[in-house]
Amino acid sequence: MTTATLTRRQRRRVTLAGQYTLFVIAIAFIALTADWAALRLNFARSEVARDLFPEIITTALKNTVIYTLTGFGFGAALGLLLALMRLSSVPPYRWFAKVYVEIFRGLPALIIFIFIGTGIPLAFPGAKFPPGGTTGKVAFALGLVAAAYMAETFRAGIQAVPKGQVEAARSLGMSSTRAMRSIVIPQAFRIIIPPLTNELVLLFKDSSLVFLLGVQLQEKELAKFGRDMAGSKANATPLLVAALCYLLITIPLGFLVRRLEARNAKSR
Amino acid sequence: MTTTDQYAGPAIDVRGLHKSFGDNEVLRGIDFHVDRGEVVCVIGPSGSGKSTLLRCVNLLEEPTAGQVFIGGVELTDENVDVDAVRRRIGMVFQSFNLFPHLTVMGNLTIAQRRVLGRGKAEADRIAHDNLEKVGLADRGDAFPAQLSGGQQQRVAIARSLSMGPDLMLFDEPTSALDPELVGDVLAVMRDLAQDGMTMMVVTHEMSFAREVASRVVFMDEGRIVEEGSPEQVIGSPTHERTKTFLQRVLDPAAAHVGEVPDPGPRLRAGFDPTAAHLPSSDQPAR
Repeated sequence: MTTATLTRRQRRRVTLAGQYTLFVIAIAFIALTADWAALRLNFARSEVARDLFPEIITTALKNTVIYTLTGFGFGAALGLLLALMRLSSVPPYRWFAKVYVEIFRGLPALIIFIFIGTGIPLAFPGAKFPPGGTTGKVAFALGLVAAAYMAETFRAGIQAVPKGQVEAARSLGMSSTRAMRSIVIPQAFRIIIPPLTNELVLLFKDSSLVFLLGVQLQEKELAKFGRDMAGSKANATPLLVAALCYLLITIPLGFLVRRLEARNAKSR
Repeated sequence: MTTTDQYAGPAIDVRGLHKSFGDNEVLRGIDFHVDRGEVVCVIGPSGSGKSTLLRCVNLLEEPTAGQVFIGGVELTDENVDVDAVRRRIGMVFQSFNLFPHLTVMGNLTIAQRRVLGRGKAEADRIAHDNLEKVGLADRGDAFPAQLSGGQQQRVAIARSLSMGPDLMLFDEPTSALDPELVGDVLAVMRDLAQDGMTMMVVTHEMSFAREVASRVVFMDEGRIVEEGSPEQVIGSPTHERTKTFLQRVLDPAAAHVGEVPDPGPRLRAGFDPTAAHLPSSDQPAR
């Protein structure tokens, strides 16, 4: 019997124990060395947090949700249009859609928002464009960004529908538009609901950039509200509360995505 | 303009048809017709162009040259409303191509309602009649994924029939089926032929062709090599290529010692029409 050589199971145990020890030491080091008192004073003052309510919900969170949903709606419509252009037999449509997607996916949303915030009033002075006041402007800006990502998602979804589906639809006398509407898009939609929900989460976070478009007091969303309140209270607690509000929405959405993905995987 | 509801001339009339995919010429000058009430079976080795010919008939493939007439209307004429002509042509695919997001009834009614503009009650009634015809009247609420391959193909046939077509195209309708499910589909097709439906069937089922076809066409390398009654073409073929093909199909065991290696799909010769006429005996595939 030798003691020098370990069995495979013993070796695995030693490795796992080593990993786990390192992990615990790292966490403990951070927890013990951090100045928790200072953090709590700056980020978790309950009297500051109390002052934020109910505005942080009734105004800020509400606006974040409105901006995100309108932006998502506009982005989805534009994204679907771009996806259809990308798949079109007309070359200029394809080029346009491709260039659009490349540009808007390749730029930070921050820069796009600055361009829109300053560029639109210059390009259309005095004109009511886009319509709908601040919400319209936000939906427009968020939608332009989201459309680029969603166009690719839609395209992948449409292309994932087997060619035989279109052939069957056309053989029944459907026009190509009708086949797209009644047969392809409903099937593509089911495939892309999980990635589309992911896009909604991203957009939810991107809505924090709307301060670049200039918003009034009643139009503030979570991030802007949190920052302004943190400034006026000289305390970072509002930011922590705002962050928790984001998680309130994004974590359930993430959970939903995983559920939908699991369901899709099962149905195939 | 030509009206499409007046039915004149042969059901299908193909003249001088050529089709190339890039450099690959799949059809090399086909003259072919199907008269009203005829059941024409197109046979031949894989790659002979028989499926392409069938797909050119309803313009799922655009011919490179030549003309296709359906009931006297030229489908290859740029000014003809192809969708309107396609409404009169039923098509059954090898891979069924049912719409997976719709129930069986949804599959059977969507084109009736969206294309023909029929009301829900009328579309449902017609769909139900046709499901009954293929022996699946009780599966209207099922989704395609819940059906066996044989059942799916019979639903696909019922879906085409619901449009009230003048003629039906079958593109190897049993090639994707498990052998024990083939009989039900062929039985439905035979009933259809007995009802007088005009049919063009691309198939490897020699006994079906022999029993049901009014005419058999043998294709090889993009040309029609031989055509005639089933007794002539299958029973006593005159061309060497037809003989070789049939020998290999009807006696697959001998093909192993034959000189030409054939990569063809599963070929079946042992279809017993009497044993097969038992609809819905097959079980769901999953």
